[in-house]
Amino acid sequence: MAVPTYAGPLERIWYYAFRVLCGLIFFFLIAPILIMVPLSFNVEPYFTYTREMLTFNPDGFSLRWYQDLFSSESWMTSIQNSLIIGVASTLIATFLGTLAALGLSRSEMPFKGLVMGLLISPMIVPLIISAAGMFFFYSSVGLANTLPGVILAHAALGTPFVVITVTATLVGFDHSLTRASASLGAGAGRTFFKIQMPLILPGVISGGLFAFITSFDEIVIVLFLAGVEQRTIPREMWSGIREQISPTILAVASILVAFSILLLTTVEVLRRRSERLRGMSPG
Amino acid sequence: MTQSDGTHSGSDAGHMVNGQMVTVDGTPLKASLKRAERKRTLIAFLLVAPLLTYLLISFIFPIGQMMWRSVDNPQVVTTLPKTLEALDDWDGEGLPDEPVFEALAEELAIASANRTVGQLAVRLNYEISAARGALMRTSRSVEDFEPPYKEDFLDAHRLWNDPAFYRIIKREGNPLTASYYIAAFDGTYNEDGEVVLQDENRRIYIDLFIRTFAMSLGITLITLLLGFPISFLMASLPMRHANLLMIFVLLPFWTSLLVRTTSWIVLLQQQGVINELLIALGFIGDDGRLGMIYNMTGTIIAMTHILLPFMVLPLYSVMKTIPPSYVRAAKSLGATPWTAFWRVYVPQTLPGIGAGAVLVFIISIGYYITPALVGGQSGQMISNLIAHHMQTSLNWGLAAALGSVLLISVLILYWVYNRLVGADSLKLG
Repeated sequence: MAVPTYAGPLERIWYYAFRVLCGLIFFFLIAPILIMVPLSFNVEPYFTYTREMLTFNPDGFSLRWYQDLFSSESWMTSIQNSLIIGVASTLIATFLGTLAALGLSRSEMPFKGLVMGLLISPMIVPLIISAAGMFFFYSSVGLANTLPGVILAHAALGTPFVVITVTATLVGFDHSLTRASASLGAGAGRTFFKIQMPLILPGVISGGLFAFITSFDEIVIVLFLAGVEQRTIPREMWSGIREQISPTILAVASILVAFSILLLTTVEVLRRRSERLRGMSPG
Repeated sequence: MTQSDGTHSGSDAGHMVNGQMVTVDGTPLKASLKRAERKRTLIAFLLVAPLLTYLLISFIFPIGQMMWRSVDNPQVVTTLPKTLEALDDWDGEGLPDEPVFEALAEELAIASANRTVGQLAVRLNYEISAARGALMRTSRSVEDFEPPYKEDFLDAHRLWNDPAFYRIIKREGNPLTASYYIAAFDGTYNEDGEVVLQDENRRIYIDLFIRTFAMSLGITLITLLLGFPISFLMASLPMRHANLLMIFVLLPFWTSLLVRTTSWIVLLQQQGVINELLIALGFIGDDGRLGMIYNMTGTIIAMTHILLPFMVLPLYSVMKTIPPSYVRAAKSLGATPWTAFWRVYVPQTLPGIGAGAVLVFIISIGYYITPALVGGQSGQMISNLIAHHMQTSLNWGLAAALGSVLLISVLILYWVYNRLVGADSLKLG
C-alpha cells in the first residue's frame, strides 16, 4: 500500500499519519512485554530504570534475581509442578480431543451442533464459574488439593483447543485419500496411521500446544483446587504480586516471555506446514 | 440408489431378486446400506463418546451442581420439620403459640447435639442478621428449658419476640428458595414479605453488574478502535510484511496473563516506569505522581492490552478476504475516499467487527485475575465478588446465584456470537 503517485498532499499526510498511528498501537501491544526484560537484570530491587542502566554501565546490571529464582525452593517446586501438570493434562486433552475431532468431522455424526457446543463449553464458561463448580465436585470426590485433581481439571479446560484445531485440519481433508488407501487393501488402522495421521499431525500438535499453554498459564482453577503442595508458576506469581513484589517475578516473567516466543514460532511453523500439506497456500 | 434404476444392476455387488436390489449374500441393498450407515454413525459416536463422557462428569455436571446451590435450601427443612408443621397453623400475626415453641425446643436440642444448628444459624443469618446469635445462644441453653417453652424462648434472645423471625423461618422452610437470586439483584423482603429493593446504601450487586457491563463495553470499544486500524494496515500490506507485523499481535497473545499483568504493574505504579519518565521529562512534579493502577483505569488499560489480540485476529481474517477492487470501483465512480471507506469497505468488515466484539465482551465480563490484581476498589468486577463469596464470606448460595446470572449472560452472548460467525469458524492463532 505505497502512496500512489497521483496522491495529493492531503492524502500523503493522511497516509503517514495513519502509519504513525498504527506504529503507536503496535508499540502499545509489544512494549509492556519487552520493557520489563531489561529490568529483570537490575542490580537494585526497583521496578524502574536506574541511571546506570540507562547509560549501559555494566555495574547497573546483574543476574541477582535469576540466582534468587534458581535457588528458591518454592519457585523450583512451582516450576516442577507446572511442568508435570502441563504435560499430563496436555496428553489427556490431546488424546481425547483428537478422537472426538475425528468423530465430529465425520458426516454421519448425530447431533453435531449440540455435541460441539458441549465439547467447547470449557472455553466459553467464565473461569471463575468453572473453578467454583469444580471446587465443590472435586472436594466431594477427594480430588481437591491433589495433583491428579488439578491435572484432570486442566485437561478438561484444554480439550476445546484440541477439538477446534484438529477439526480445522480435517475440514480440508480429502476423503478420497482414505478410500484410495482402502481400495489398495489397507485396513482401517493402517489407513489411519499412514494416511490420516500424518496429515492431521500439525493440527494435533498445535492443539496440544494450546492445551499446554492453557494449563501452564492457568491460575483461577489452581487458586480454588490446589493446595500449598500443588503451587504452580502462575500461583507463585500471584502471591508474589499480592504479597511482596520482588524483581524475582520479573526474572520469571522474562523467562516466560522467551518461552512464549518459542511456542509462538512452533505454532506458526506448524500452521504453515499444515496449510502447505493440504495445498491451501502456495509455498 | 432406489428401485427406479433397479433394471440396471450390472455391478458385481448387486443383482435383482423379486424386483428388489440385493447384495451378494442376499440381503436387500437398502437394508445393507442402512446397516453400514448405522455402523458408521456408531463409530463416529464412539469416537466422540470418551471426551463427551469425561466433560459431562468432570465439567458440566459440577457446574450444574454448583448452579443447583443457588436454589437449594435444605437447612430449615431438615433441622426443623416439626416446627414448620406447627407453624402451618400460625396466621403470621403476632407471636406463634406454644406448640411451635415445644417443637422448636425439641428440634433445637437435637440440632445442637448433632451439630447441625450451626448451618441452620448461618442460613437464617443471611435473611436476618441477628439470627445466628439468637440460634447459637438459645441452642446452648435449650436443654434446660421447661414447659411452657414460650417464655423461656422469649427470654433467651430478643429476636424470638419478633414475629418477622417466624415468618422468615416459615418462608425458608421450603426445599427450594429464591432468596439468593433476590439478594443477587439487591432485593430483600419487607415487613409484609414482599420483595422490594434494598435501601439505597446497601445496594451492591446491581451497581456491580452495571459496572461490569459498562467496563466490558468500554474495553470492547477501545479494542475495536485500536484493533481496526492495525488490522486494516495488515490486510492491505503484502503477506510477507503482514506476517511480520502479526508477531506483534501474537506475542502478547501467547504471553502468560500473569506476565502481562505484572508488566502493567511495573509500568503504571507510583514508582513505575511511566511516572518516572513523566517526572524526568518534567511533565509532572515528584508529588504529582499519577495513580494509574489499583483502580478502574488500571484495570481497563491492562484488560485492553490483554484482549486486543482477540479483536484483531477475527477482524484481520475478515479484512483479508475483502477484495480491494470494490473500494477502487467506488472511488472511480466518484466517491470520496471517506465515502468509499465508510459506505463500501466498513460494511464488509461487519462480520469481523461483530465476532471480535462479542468475543472480547464475553471474555471481559467473566474476567477475574486482572481486576483482582490491579483493580483496587473501583476496578472490581462481578467475578471478584463471586470469588469473595466463595472463599471469604462462604455464602455459597449467593455465589452460585451470581455465577448463574453471569453464566446465563455469557451463554446468551455466545449464542449471538454463534449466529454471527458460527462456532466452526472459531479460529486460533
